[in-house]
Amino acid sequence: MRHSVAHNLDIPMINTASSNKQSEQPQSQTSTPCIAVRDLNFYYGDTQALFDISLDIEAGLVTALIGPSGCGKSTFLRTINRMNDLIAGTRHEGEIVVSGHEIYGKKTDLVSLRKKVGMVFQRSNPFPKSIFENVAYGPKIHGTKNKSRLAEIVEKSLLRADLWHEVKDRLGDSALALSGGQQQRLCIARALAVDPEILLMDEPASALDPRSTAKIENLIAELRGDYTIVIVTHNMQQAGRVSDKTAFFCDGKLVEYGDTEAIFTKPQQQQTEDYIRGRFG
Amino acid sequence: MEQVQTISHAGISLAELKEKCIHAIFLFCGCVSIFTTIGIVLVLALEGAFFFQEVPLTEFLFGTEWTPLFFNKSFGILPLVCGTLLTSAVALCVALPLGLIIAIYLSEFASSRARSVLKPTMEVLAGIPTVVYGYFALLYVTPLLQKIFPELLGFNALSPGLVMGIMILPMVASLSEDAIYAVPGSLRQGAYALGAGKLQTIFGVILPAAFGGIAASFILAMSRAVGETMIVAIAAGQQPQLTLNVFEPVETMTAFIVQVSLGDTPHGTLAYRTIFAVGGALFVLTFLLNSLSLWIRGRYQERYTG
Ligand SMILES: Nc1ncnc2c1ncn2[C@@H]1O[C@H](COP(=O)(O)OP(=O)(O)OP(=O)(O)O)[C@@H](O)[C@H]1O
Ligand SMILES: [Mg+2]
Repeated sequence: MRHSVAHNLDIPMINTASSNKQSEQPQSQTSTPCIAVRDLNFYYGDTQALFDISLDIEAGLVTALIGPSGCGKSTFLRTINRMNDLIAGTRHEGEIVVSGHEIYGKKTDLVSLRKKVGMVFQRSNPFPKSIFENVAYGPKIHGTKNKSRLAEIVEKSLLRADLWHEVKDRLGDSALALSGGQQQRLCIARALAVDPEILLMDEPASALDPRSTAKIENLIAELRGDYTIVIVTHNMQQAGRVSDKTAFFCDGKLVEYGDTEAIFTKPQQQQTEDYIRGRFG
Repeated sequence: MEQVQTISHAGISLAELKEKCIHAIFLFCGCVSIFTTIGIVLVLALEGAFFFQEVPLTEFLFGTEWTPLFFNKSFGILPLVCGTLLTSAVALCVALPLGLIIAIYLSEFASSRARSVLKPTMEVLAGIPTVVYGYFALLYVTPLLQKIFPELLGFNALSPGLVMGIMILPMVASLSEDAIYAVPGSLRQGAYALGAGKLQTIFGVILPAAFGGIAASFILAMSRAVGETMIVAIAAGQQPQLTLNVFEPVETMTAFIVQVSLGDTPHGTLAYRTIFAVGGALFVLTFLLNSLSLWIRGRYQERYTG
C-alpha cells in the first residue's frame, strides 16, 4: 500500500520543479524557525477552531498544510498575518513569533507585520485597476512615490511571478481582463512587491486549470529559498510536489508534522495514513 | 384510448389558454407604461412643434430673456436653465459629499446597531412630501440664513438649494452605500493583507472599485434635483434671471411650468404652449442624465461579471 502512495507521488514529481528543489535540499536541516507557534488556541465567538497548536515553520522552506475540509487550515494560516482580526468576535490564546517578534504582542504594528507576511488567496482578487497599479499599490501605500522606482519594483515583481513577458506590453490594461491563472500570478506579484519574508497561500491553485496550476507550482519552486512559504492545499500530489514539510490538521488539531516525504511514505499517526491513503483512492 | 387523448388534449389547451391570458395581462400592464411614455413624448413634440412654428429654435435655446407672460414677449430659455442649474448645483454641493460620507460611514464604520437606526431614519427623510420641504425652506431656512447673510432676499436660490440637497441626500447615501456594499470582500482582504490601513483601503481600493455605482447615484441625484418642483416653486421665487448669485431669486424650469399651469394663461395661446417647450427641454435633460446613469452602471457591472 505505502509503496503505491510513493509511486503515485513520484510521477508528478518528475515533471515539475522538484528537480531544483532537490538540489537545494541541504538548507532544510540547519535552518532556523521563522514562524514559531506555541500552544495556539483560536475561537470564533464561542466555537473553538484551533486546539493547542505548536509548530515551528522553518525559514526558506515550503510548508504544506493539509487536512479535511473545515479542520482549520485557513484559520491557522490567517492567524500568522492576523487577518482573522478582521472577523468580529474572534480571539486567540498562545503565541506566534515571527522572526523574533511576538505578533499578538502589544507593540506589534499590523502594517509592518502584513508587509513582512504576504498573502495569496484561494480566489484571485486583483483590484479593478490596471495591471501596473495592482502591483504598485503595496509599495505606494508603504511610501514609495518615485515613479521610476515603482516601475522598477513592478517589473521585478512581475518577472518574479513569471508574468512579465505576458503583460509587459499592456501594463495599463485592466487587471480584470487577464485570465484566471494570470490574475493569480498577478496577485502573487502584488504580494511580492512589498518585499515580504513570508508568503501565505490559501489553496492558490484550486480554482485554476492544470496548466495554470503547474505554472503556480513552478513559481513556488522558484520562490523557495528566498521566501518562507506556507501553502494550504487539498491536492496531495501538489503538497508532495511543492513542499519540504507537511503539517496534517484534523478537527482543529495538529496531528502530524514533518518532512513531506516522511509524512507521505511513513506517517506515524493512523489518522494521517488514513487521510492520505483515502485521498489517493 | 381515443377518449383519453381528447381529454388530455383539452386539458393542455385549457392550461395553454390560462397561460396565454396571464401572458396577455402582463403584456398589457407593461404596455400601459410604455404607451403613457409615448403619449407624453407625442404631446410634448406636438405642442412643441406649434410653439416652434412661432418661435425660432435658436431664440429659444440661446436667448437670454424669458418673458413669455409679458406684453413684450421673449422666449430665451437660458434664464430658466440657469436657475435650474444654480439650485441643483447648491443641492448637489450638499448631497454629494454628505451622501458619500454617510455611505462610507454606514458601510465601513457603523456598528450594526447604529446602522439599524440610521438607515430607517434616512428612509423617513426620503418619504417627506416635497411641499413640506418647500415651506421649511421658505419659512425657516431662509430667515435663518438671513441672520448670517443679511443681504439674502426673501426668495433666493440658496435656501431651496440647500433644502433640496437634504431631500436628495438619502437617495445618494443609499445608492452609494449599495455600490460600496457590492464591492467584493475579497478586495478589502487583498488590501488589508498588503498592510493597507482602513482609510487607505477605503480610498485606494473600495471607492475606486465602487466608482461606477457612486457616479451613477450622483447623476441620478442631479436628475432628481433638476426635476424637483415644489421646493423651488415655493422658495426660489418666480423671477427668471441669468445669474449665478445664489442670494437672488431665480425661476427654474419646473417652477415656471407650475406658474403657467396654475395661472390664468388661456389655453392654446403661445404663452400657454411655452410650458410644453420647457417641459420638452426638461424631459430631454433628465432623460439624458438618467441614460448616462444607466450607462455608467452598466459598464460598472460588466467589470465584475466579465
Ligand atoms: N468567519 C468564520 N466565522 C465562524 N466560524 C468560522 C469562520 N471561518 C471558519 N470558521 C469555522 O472554523 C472551522 C475551520 O474553518 P477553516 O476555514 O479554517 O477550515 P479549512 O481547513 O480551511 O477548510 P477548507 O479546506 O474547507 O478551506 C470550521 O469549523 C469553520 O466552520
Ligand atoms: Mg480553507
